[in-house]
Amino acid sequence: MHLMPVAASSYAGDIDRVMWVITLIVGVWFVAAEGILLWFTFRYRKKDGVRAAYVPGKSFRQTGWILIPCVAILVCDLAIDAFGERVWKTIKEKVPPAQLQIGVEGRQWAWTFTHPGKDGILGSPDDIVIPNEIHVPVGENVAFTLGAADCLHSFWVPELRLKQDAVPGRHIQGWFRATRPGSYGVLCAELCGVAHGLMRGTLYVDTEADYERWLDSRIAAQPASQAAAFQAAPTPAPQPAPKTGGKS
Amino acid sequence: MSEATILEPPLDPPRAAPPAAHAGAHDDAPHGFWSTYFFSTDHKHIAKQYLLTGLCMAVIGGLLAHVMRMHLAFPDRAVPGFGEVPAGTYNALITMHGTIMIFFVAMPVLLGGFGNFLIPLMIGARDMAFPRLNMMSYWTFLVSCLILLGSFFVPGGASPAGWTAYPPLSANVAYSGAAWGVPLWIAAVALEFVAFLMGGINFITTAINLRAPGMKMFDLPMMVWMQLVASVIFLFSVGPLVAGAVLLLLDRVAGTGFYNPGAGGDPLLYQHLFWFFGHPEVYVILLPGLGIVAEILPVFARKPLFGYRMVVYATLATGVLSFIVWAHHQFVSGIDPRLASAFSITTILISVPVAITMFAFVATLWRGAIELKAAMLFAIGMVGVFFWGGVTGIINGSAAADIYVHDTYFVVAHFHYALIPPVFFSLFAGIYYWYPKMFGRMLNETLGKIHFWGTFLFVNVTFMPMFGLGLRGYPRRTFDPRVFAHLGDLHPLQLAATLGTIGLLLFQIPFVLNFFGSLRFGAVAGKNPWRANTLEWTVPSPPGHGNFEGTPVVYRGPYEYSAPGRDADWFPQDVAPGRPL
Repeated sequence: MHLMPVAASSYAGDIDRVMWVITLIVGVWFVAAEGILLWFTFRYRKKDGVRAAYVPGKSFRQTGWILIPCVAILVCDLAIDAFGERVWKTIKEKVPPAQLQIGVEGRQWAWTFTHPGKDGILGSPDDIVIPNEIHVPVGENVAFTLGAADCLHSFWVPELRLKQDAVPGRHIQGWFRATRPGSYGVLCAELCGVAHGLMRGTLYVDTEADYERWLDSRIAAQPASQAAAFQAAPTPAPQPAPKTGGKS
Repeated sequence: MSEATILEPPLDPPRAAPPAAHAGAHDDAPHGFWSTYFFSTDHKHIAKQYLLTGLCMAVIGGLLAHVMRMHLAFPDRAVPGFGEVPAGTYNALITMHGTIMIFFVAMPVLLGGFGNFLIPLMIGARDMAFPRLNMMSYWTFLVSCLILLGSFFVPGGASPAGWTAYPPLSANVAYSGAAWGVPLWIAAVALEFVAFLMGGINFITTAINLRAPGMKMFDLPMMVWMQLVASVIFLFSVGPLVAGAVLLLLDRVAGTGFYNPGAGGDPLLYQHLFWFFGHPEVYVILLPGLGIVAEILPVFARKPLFGYRMVVYATLATGVLSFIVWAHHQFVSGIDPRLASAFSITTILISVPVAITMFAFVATLWRGAIELKAAMLFAIGMVGVFFWGGVTGIINGSAAADIYVHDTYFVVAHFHYALIPPVFFSLFAGIYYWYPKMFGRMLNETLGKIHFWGTFLFVNVTFMPMFGLGLRGYPRRTFDPRVFAHLGDLHPLQLAATLGTIGLLLFQIPFVLNFFGSLRFGAVAGKNPWRANTLEWTVPSPPGHGNFEGTPVVYRGPYEYSAPGRDADWFPQDVAPGRPL
């Protein structure tokens, strides 16, 4: 059993590395601290005739035993900050030039993905709008614009190490580059109402040829009127009765 | 100061009046049943009211967790004693479990209970500075509890919007389906803050103004320092949250649009207001928990608390830093990503003052004469378990790593490891330690040790698997794991966590038996069963109305254990130098 899902994006490995480096650094401190705690607890159990030492920890000669390790902790902290910051910046602060633009919208309780058609332009009549299904070619930078129709949602693909909240009223830019063909679950990571736990889609990472084939089949299957109809469809009314509204 | 004239009993600062002036104070104590047990202004009774109310809420919160865990382990079966758990109910369960445990257990027990009981006793005061305000604080709190619990029974059920109540889900009945639950939740939480605001003002005033003659700030027991700093943090942070809650209520009932983007508002505003309070709140809970441990370790190691002043300064630094870390809850919430690195740095930096305090606790054990009573086991256990919460917090605190672990079970595991030690381990440590003072009788040590080992084991059985779930990408707040094929093979971990919860609940039975049985069958405690230094141990157990016969005079710090040149290994704060004990 793997500890984490397979890393399937260009930056997944970087995030994993940040996690393991932190785990290693804090792990050393953790083992040391727990070890010393246990050691003292057993070693200094009360014995007849042995009086505790009077060690108030007033002078630096004594507190140094704590303050100096804490300076070392400070150094570790800053190293962790510096290491993580580079990864964060690459992933979140700048969107690199992308070959493909995709629109993502969360609503109770489905994802709507808008793919540009053959023209590669989002917002043109040949857009392919599908619920709960996103197709991208492997190895290409994909930029997405994330929105929400009703309440908060969070666009999450564990294998890509991609997570971004969708906020009504905002169009949040993000990007990813999938590196392994396959299909991956798209989850919602932000509590969004009764069927939050049922809200899921699928990300298909296709080879270039498969992607083109899929694009052709969609264009053949989806007359322009259908796309328009989907976009015009009213937001599915939230259903107070549980377990019913999930497959909207 | 006009209230001062109507205070009852008279509450002049002890240093202002000679002891004899208070000789008649005991006669002012109300004697009737109702006035003693219900409408008492005595801080000790109010403390017990807070403590017992908090413990009752803990039972409810624990049972809610049990229902959730049973459902997660056996999703296709009804939960015995509860029934089916449909998605809407599940969301109400997570919301109410979190709300109850944080706001209606941790705060009433640690601040309302221990703070109320100990601050006046530890500083040599006859009561809180504002006893009637104190009573009002409790009754306001009780009303907020009733409103919250009542929300289970209104049409649509309790709030399903999560304990953070993020809008638009919480602001719009069409999104949540809970027409009454959410407004009642907001009202209950806002009222609860009002209660603790009154309590906080009282705590700060009392700790600063009513100290016994001779007691300098650096002679305060660490518990009083921690309560003081926690109250200051609470006072400074709660305003934005109350404002945020009122705006949410207005959005909800009056049709305003503070958080509604359609009307020019912004849902993220609420998140900032919530977490500007919400993260300092973690330290409002943590610090009193640390305070309890800081009182117990020196007594059962027979050693001074290592580096008293260093710990005070570290606590103050923790308090200040706690105000500039809040956005680490929002790294991927849609805030400007350039903010994340700064908040990541402050978040991870807070490990330094917290580490100073924790290491000082460990150092207190060095070359001690440690007696592993139940109180000491829970205190050491608190330190040991809290390390888990601390180090895993660094992973969450790093913005890059948080992209992955945010809103997974990893976070759930982390904050239970961070909160269970100060809330439950400290609570139990404190009860095993101060129960003799509160009720005049000793708790049974054997039952206490069984309670500790069972609790310690099953806390880990419950929450350790959740780190694994989170690493594998298991989202929190997911009511039906069968939806996600990739989560199927993680079921053994969910099952283990559920078994842990059952064990955890079962091992609270010895505690309940001990708590109520010892009221009647416990050995009579005497004034100072632990041979401790602080002032609460110089008065009868339980202390009478007005606490102190005269006004104690303080000659030294609270942790002079095993001092050189003295036969006894303890040296109470009020014993004049040169006098034998």
